[in-house]
Amino acid sequence: MLTAGIKAPEFSLPVTPDQKLSLSELLGQPVILAFYPADWSPVCGDQMALYNEILPEFRKYHAELIGISVDGVWCHQAFASARKLHFPLAADFEPKGGTARSYGVYRQAEGVCERALFVISSAGVITWSFRSPVAVNPGADGILQALENLPK
Amino acid sequence: MSRLNPPVTAQDFAIGPDTAVCTLLEYGDYQCPYCGQAYPIVKRLRKQFSADLRFVFRNFPLGEMHPNAEHAAESALFAGKHGRFWEMHDLLYENQRSLGDDDLLGLAGSLQLDVERLRADLGAGTFESAVKADFRSGVHSGVNGTPTFFINGQRHDAGFDLEALSHAIQATL
Repeated sequence: MLTAGIKAPEFSLPVTPDQKLSLSELLGQPVILAFYPADWSPVCGDQMALYNEILPEFRKYHAELIGISVDGVWCHQAFASARKLHFPLAADFEPKGGTARSYGVYRQAEGVCERALFVISSAGVITWSFRSPVAVNPGADGILQALENLPK
Repeated sequence: MSRLNPPVTAQDFAIGPDTAVCTLLEYGDYQCPYCGQAYPIVKRLRKQFSADLRFVFRNFPLGEMHPNAEHAAESALFAGKHGRFWEMHDLLYENQRSLGDDDLLGLAGSLQLDVERLRADLGAGTFESAVKADFRSGVHSGVNGTPTFFINGQRHDAGFDLEALSHAIQATL
């Protein structure tokens, strides 16, 4: 897994059926990447739904949050609409897990992303990363601490 | 490992002795069905551990998912201001399928609380900032869904069934 001090690898991934999002167009502000195994975890406060509720806290640091999994755009679209998500979900679908691999957070055996978090400075450098056991939703305390520690 | 931040203060709603060896704290949402499942479990734990256990509740309403959760939380704090927090807390969980504003006023009425005052406080958002403060403390403590439990300040990741919680509490004694 890539760690603090490393330049964040560029990616360009679909976020809707006809729209792509790349890291380079987000820079200039801090970026949070939240890799997660799959849409549709069967609980109330799943990780993406939780971050959705916490968005105002992230926005205090002008940070952009992107969720990334290997699910396709149509799946993401249905999931985002069911959970009323107000941030983009990127589809690391083709080549499958390509972006997750470049960040060192792909689980080859299961074919899904790890549950891993990256905070990237506005200059494009990883300042914090964290991998959680797949079954444990890491919450947001680490992200907020990392945003707090960004150079002002 | 995620830790409770800030720790339990006198502003928190707590039940059980201050001197208890173990403090179980829940971040919960009154409209969340999983918190509803946890509610009788906490009651049983309080009975089982009696003087050894203090229970603290903080609000973590997932407003995007549960449209009535915010006002339910505010109603609990309203009741708390008038010394009836835990009675309202119980009523909210025992009636969690009907938590519209009229239902909340009805529950307050059944506790002989001032219904008109609650209506005005919900309208004015009197307790909104207190609920937000709870929510923010949860976010900074590593709350990762509802319910999230902390045992003596340490996030409990092992599930909220009676056995898992009871085991974790027992380990602190």
